[in-house]
Amino acid sequence: MEEEMHTDAKIRAESGTGSSPRGPGCSLRHFACEQNLLSRPDGSASFLQGVAEKSRERLIRNTCEAVVLGTLHPRTSITVVLQVVSDAGSLLACCLNAACMALVDAGVPMRALFCGVTCALDSDGTLVLDPTSKQEKEARAVLTFALDSVERKLLMSSTKGLYSDTELQQCLAAAQAASQHVFRFYRESLQRRYSKS
Amino acid sequence: MAAGFKTVEPLEYYRRFLKENCRPDGRELGEFRTTTVNIGSISTADGSALVKLGNTTVICGVKAEFAAPPTDAPDKGYVVPNVDLPPLCSSRFRSGPPGEEAQVASQFIADVIENSQIIQKEDLCISPGKLVWVLYCDLICLDYDGNILDACTFALLAALKNVQLPEVTINEETALAEVNLKKKSYLNIRTHPVATSFAVFDDTLLIVDPTGEEEHLATGTLTIVMDEEGKLCCLHKPGGSGLTGAKLQDCMSRAVTRHKEVKKLMDEVIKSMKPK
Repeated sequence: MEEEMHTDAKIRAESGTGSSPRGPGCSLRHFACEQNLLSRPDGSASFLQGVAEKSRERLIRNTCEAVVLGTLHPRTSITVVLQVVSDAGSLLACCLNAACMALVDAGVPMRALFCGVTCALDSDGTLVLDPTSKQEKEARAVLTFALDSVERKLLMSSTKGLYSDTELQQCLAAAQAASQHVFRFYRESLQRRYSKS
Repeated sequence: MAAGFKTVEPLEYYRRFLKENCRPDGRELGEFRTTTVNIGSISTADGSALVKLGNTTVICGVKAEFAAPPTDAPDKGYVVPNVDLPPLCSSRFRSGPPGEEAQVASQFIADVIENSQIIQKEDLCISPGKLVWVLYCDLICLDYDGNILDACTFALLAALKNVQLPEVTINEETALAEVNLKKKSYLNIRTHPVATSFAVFDDTLLIVDPTGEEEHLATGTLTIVMDEEGKLCCLHKPGGSGLTGAKLQDCMSRAVTRHKEVKKLMDEVIKSMKPK
């Protein structure tokens, strides 16, 4: 008997430059999440963050494969459909977050949660987390990391541009600190959802 | 007896070797396979190189053609890479349109060219707004035994160093390009990106230059592309088991040593070719 689970994740991102203010103590833009908004699929989530392509698919797929406990569902196909509603920078990180939330909403057993964080390095070496499209274009290097929730290990990395080894370690440390905010947000949004129903 | 065990329990067979800090082919965990490079073997191409990393064989041919530059960048030429994994290199590939692995490899090579600025696109300009060079770099794998990305990057670098472009002048009266085949010059290669690939086993062990079997058994892969100043052009980790910052640091140092080895090899080959 075959079971097919579809998880649809709609990503909504605010457009416009310098729109929502960044929260205190965190340089990530404001984000919100809504779950179970589509009735047909088994699970769905919408992730709103800040206002190529087989390669990107493969990165997201491999990250999901590393955390999903596939051995508990033999002969099963899990399809994750990501539809970009609008792109205001940090697209890959947003896709990763949406994919993770959708898998949680569908009830797929996973060994850890994961989140995506993007860092941009501009010409004088300043680090900007969660850059807008304009900041990404002007940056010297843009690094996207996927980190797991258990030990903040690096699951996936995709980088563009030239940077040094020390800058990489700085970005990784900043991304690990920022991922705490994302995971706390996951927890809060799930608590809100299950306390209502 | 060992062959039977290997077929039935390949991972266990492998773990026995890893416990002794070596691999079935006798290499250490941080050792690369024998690398050989042959430059300029294809006479019909403007530049070519054949790289063998153990059994993995990749050949790169570069052809230069004329093209009109893009309107938003009238003084920039093009470098178009294409990686082809034909059925002859491994039974896992079928004939037909390029599969996912070939597309991902092509995208990887395109990213390396873009990020490392190996060639300044302005160097490929003949007449701004009218005529530029486009370099078609075709990488074909002849034998797939793991670590295709390292071999492709090395083949591309060697082939580009071998490319000789003829001098082109635009005739003012006829507005046609005149090619002087007798006067050829080498490309200005600004950086030398070298790729080092690792495979992650059981979430903890890192081995360098995985073979085809090792890639199949691994739980994750990582490729680092570094240039001679220690700057990173690409950190390609497509999912797989997690890595801590410290393990990443070890990989960096191995990548630095590998860069020196590859640079030395290439300098030797180029020196042996120059007197012709």
